[in-house]
Amino acid sequence: MNYEELLVQTASADERFVVMTAENRALVRSAPKLLGKRFIDTGITEQTMIGMAAGLALRGRIPVVHALAPFLTMRAYEFIRTDVGIAHLPVKLSGYIPGFLSDGNGPTHQAIEDVAIMRGIPGMEVFCPADEDDLVRMLPAIWQSAAPSYVRINHKPGAYTHTDFEKGKAEIISEGSDVTILTYGFLFGQALEAKQLLEKEGLSVGLVNMRSLKPVDEACIIRCAANSKLVVTIEDHFQTGGLYSIVAETLVNQPHKATIFPMALKERWFKPGLLSEVLAFEGFTPNAIAATILKQL
Amino acid sequence: MTKNKLAALTARSLKVREHIIRMTAGGGCFIGASLSCVELMVYLYSELLNIDADDLQNPARDYLFLSKGHDVPALYGTLAELGFIETSRLQQHLQAADSIYWHPNRNIPGVEFHSGSLGHLPAVAAGVALDCKLKDQPNQVMVITGDGELNEGSVWESLLVANAYQLNNLTIIVDRNQFQANIRTEELIPLEPLADKFAAFGCAVRTIDGHDLDQLEATFKTLPFSDNKVNVIIANTVRGKGLPSIEARADRWFCAFNDNEILQLLEELHGNKEAFIESESLTVR
Repeated sequence: MNYEELLVQTASADERFVVMTAENRALVRSAPKLLGKRFIDTGITEQTMIGMAAGLALRGRIPVVHALAPFLTMRAYEFIRTDVGIAHLPVKLSGYIPGFLSDGNGPTHQAIEDVAIMRGIPGMEVFCPADEDDLVRMLPAIWQSAAPSYVRINHKPGAYTHTDFEKGKAEIISEGSDVTILTYGFLFGQALEAKQLLEKEGLSVGLVNMRSLKPVDEACIIRCAANSKLVVTIEDHFQTGGLYSIVAETLVNQPHKATIFPMALKERWFKPGLLSEVLAFEGFTPNAIAATILKQL
Repeated sequence: MTKNKLAALTARSLKVREHIIRMTAGGGCFIGASLSCVELMVYLYSELLNIDADDLQNPARDYLFLSKGHDVPALYGTLAELGFIETSRLQQHLQAADSIYWHPNRNIPGVEFHSGSLGHLPAVAAGVALDCKLKDQPNQVMVITGDGELNEGSVWESLLVANAYQLNNLTIIVDRNQFQANIRTEELIPLEPLADKFAAFGCAVRTIDGHDLDQLEATFKTLPFSDNKVNVIIANTVRGKGLPSIEARADRWFCAFNDNEILQLLEELHGNKEAFIESESLTVR
């Protein structure tokens, strides 16, 4: 099952759901026909869409809203914070092409501060699936929750079969004493291959799919920093405010032996291009990740 | 409107203005913008809106959203007069023990949604109105906006969308008191011809005297104005209405008064011209 099938199935079975979009229909092409008036396209109006979603939620609806991640989280930020956040309404934000997935669009379309700003809203939950399998495993719990949420949508098929999702729990792929990679979202697949490369070098490598960034699995972070010499955070996000910051916030008052090393975007937007070009240019291919980590050991 | 009803609503409006004046004590409030929408609040809650103080969550109720949230003393005064909240709570204005502060919030019975950041509630109200339509329910959904608030692009964006969805159960009421925070609207960001602008955005527009209870009734009773358009009522009002020393003065937007000044203003409200406050010592933000 993919995102769209799960969404339409969920909404078809439960009248409370409405599907909204600010004229981004990539993930919801079949919704108009299958959901009728419960599919609401507000046009290119992210602010109005969020305000209306709050109004619909006041009436008992569960709006699942769609737009490109940068416009959803930033154009409409104050509406999310003020209308959804303050009222703690169950509005479900689906941000399309977050992080590197905006590939050739350029910096206007790069949501690489979205985790930072969304987790700054009290009560807002933040989830970052590694691939389509991970996404579909996490959505039922997210959509049935009473909390507002932001999902960094990643609908790309992956090579890994994930375990079932539990909010606030990381998915531990492996544990390692030399290095543990903490990652989320699209870069999970690259990190998985990098892990295999590092293991060929004889290293003991841990890999964790953080998937639930708020609430976050603090116990897992603390354990990794206790059991590994090196912890590397990998994310297609600014270094400020994302996973590296979360790890720092978690460990700053905890004894830990690991050195923490961030792989993230530092004070600039990434070079636009085909996704493979972006990964190569920015140093996030499996080979580049492995080489960066080897230098730290 | 019958003579008796007119007299009752006029008396209630006077009471609400007294509450507003008293809320300028101990920290102050946005007195001018509160006084301009008193008749609107009193008329809507007393005569038009189907809202039961004892059944505030009834999904069949009508909704009023205060988008220009800084006029909330007018709402609280009205809610107190109509028994939604204890009048004594108004004395807890700005005290941490209660939630009566400068902008509306849902801790106060009768407040549908919080506001304060301008340009939000037309969209929120459109969501509520759309849900009423989806469920074939006859609720009316109203929003009071300021005129300065119309600077916000989000107001106009939500009108485009609300008209696309033909929300004729949604009514935008503009408290057209002619003032932004610090200056006349027409001197800063001119809005006129305002009715034409709303009409061009697809709305059905009426312009009335927002202090004339007969006109309010004659207009609101004819809602909806069309089968498929958002209703807009431009209510021409006077900022500070009822107090000559406040009326239409640009510097009397947010005022804090001492006990003596409040007594003078209450006198002035009841027609004592000698109570007029000339003093420039008023606390103005």
